Amino acid sequence: MLNAYHARVTSQPKHTPLRSVHERLGATMTDFAGWLMPLRYGSETAEHLAVRSAAGLFDLSHMGEITVTGPGAGPALDYALTGWLSRLSVGQARYTMLCAPDGGILDDLVVYRQADDRFLVVANASNTTVVLAELGERCATVAGATVTDQTDRTALIAIQGPNASRVLADHTAAALGSVKYYTGVHGDVAGSPAWIARTGYTGEDGFEVFCAPEDAGHVWEALMPAGGPVDASTGGPAGPAVVPAGLAARDTLRLEAGMPLYGNELGPDVTPFEAGLGKVVRLDKPGDFVGRAALAKLAADAASGDGPGRTLVGLVARSRRVPRHGYPVTSGDTEVGTVTSGAPSPTLGTPIAMAYVAGSAIAGESTGPFGVDIRGRIETADLVPLPFYRKE
Amino acid sequence: MSVPAELHYTEEHEWVSISGEVATIGITDYAASALGDVVYVNLPAVDAAVTAGEPCGEVESTKSVSDLFSPVDGEVTEVNEELDDDPGLVNAEPYGAGWMFRVRIPAGPDGETALPPGLLSATEYEELTKSAG
Repeated sequence: MLNAYHARVTSQPKHTPLRSVHERLGATMTDFAGWLMPLRYGSETAEHLAVRSAAGLFDLSHMGEITVTGPGAGPALDYALTGWLSRLSVGQARYTMLCAPDGGILDDLVVYRQADDRFLVVANASNTTVVLAELGERCATVAGATVTDQTDRTALIAIQGPNASRVLADHTAAALGSVKYYTGVHGDVAGSPAWIARTGYTGEDGFEVFCAPEDAGHVWEALMPAGGPVDASTGGPAGPAVVPAGLAARDTLRLEAGMPLYGNELGPDVTPFEAGLGKVVRLDKPGDFVGRAALAKLAADAASGDGPGRTLVGLVARSRRVPRHGYPVTSGDTEVGTVTSGAPSPTLGTPIAMAYVAGSAIAGESTGPFGVDIRGRIETADLVPLPFYRKE
Repeated sequence: MSVPAELHYTEEHEWVSISGEVATIGITDYAASALGDVVYVNLPAVDAAVTAGEPCGEVESTKSVSDLFSPVDGEVTEVNEELDDDPGLVNAEPYGAGWMFRVRIPAGPDGETALPPGLLSATEYEELTKSAG
């Protein structure tokens, strides 16, 4: 039992501004990228299902926030990242990547244009240091762009699920109806200034609220009162419109939604094309950018029929044994790939996985099924299109 | 975290209840809480021979899979088939409806069932989980 137990914390993890909230809620905490984060508050399956059917509240204050400001901020990001960020209108958001000169992925990012001369770059917690260093170096080559780490000055609370918009609307003057998917606005939540964005990592409608660390507790309590939600008409307790949700639920939610996780589907030895995310590489933007030559060659090879050697696919297991990160994928007697993420899917009720498989294994008529070597025994898994789950 | 005094425990976080020649085995509250939601328990077959300290099944949870070890030598007489439909019983009632399998332990030459060596008392197990904490 309990292989995971032997993991040891090597250095003192950082706490988010919501530490006392998590303690009060009895969260099971885990060390994630140097931060002590809520893994789950009770049943992670229940939290997952609540996000699909109602709403979940997530503390994501471990994420990295970096601003790029000044008249040169747009051109600087165009050079530093794969996207065409200078073309964003104020309020727009874009999913993009920081690539190495060889085209390998150093991080996947969401960039918001908060003002003409101000962009907010949100990085994975495990990559914040790398992203900050690379942005600092790359943006220094463009005049009029200043890169600033805002991570310790920023808390991030996500509210995700079909109830998210209704719950948040009760606590903000911002016109949420005009905040479309992948846009954001400056506003207030429970009286505290915030950047409110309609983005997320769950496959549901929802918002991400960036605020000052000292306001985070207040914002959280407003969205999820300690005594439970109150029915506005009776003043009595209402049903649980929103539940706290931890990183365990976040991981299964994003997996069902077919969203990649850095360190699993993405890494320095993976290109955006292999990950099926070639559209984030804007070869049509003017000027050079880091990785352009390598990425342009990969795109040209793909156009001439010489696609990436491997492709990210979705697998649904026929057995109840779960394909997990690192397990080999087989076709007949041949190993053709590796599982990058796998988990029991609460929505489908069966194990699901994403995996890289050799292009030749899915060429032509070959649609599987594949095998997954689960601790020495091959279990059958069917090839399915991603995502596994799409909201209605 | 509940550690019933009348049970025996292993360092692998299983509990054992011995009644006559039959040992009933499950995983502890501590283990179930650490694993998170149990979604599938792969149990040994009835009549299979199991050996103390050797893996005889798997416990799949959301985040991980763990080996299930037999704490005793013997022959499996019964497995908890309800876990097939409702593996969450392991989280809800780890010492009750979430039990996993039963093993017949051969009686010693004196006709008494010898307690398998190496099992921990409740106090010893509690110490173990505290030091691991």
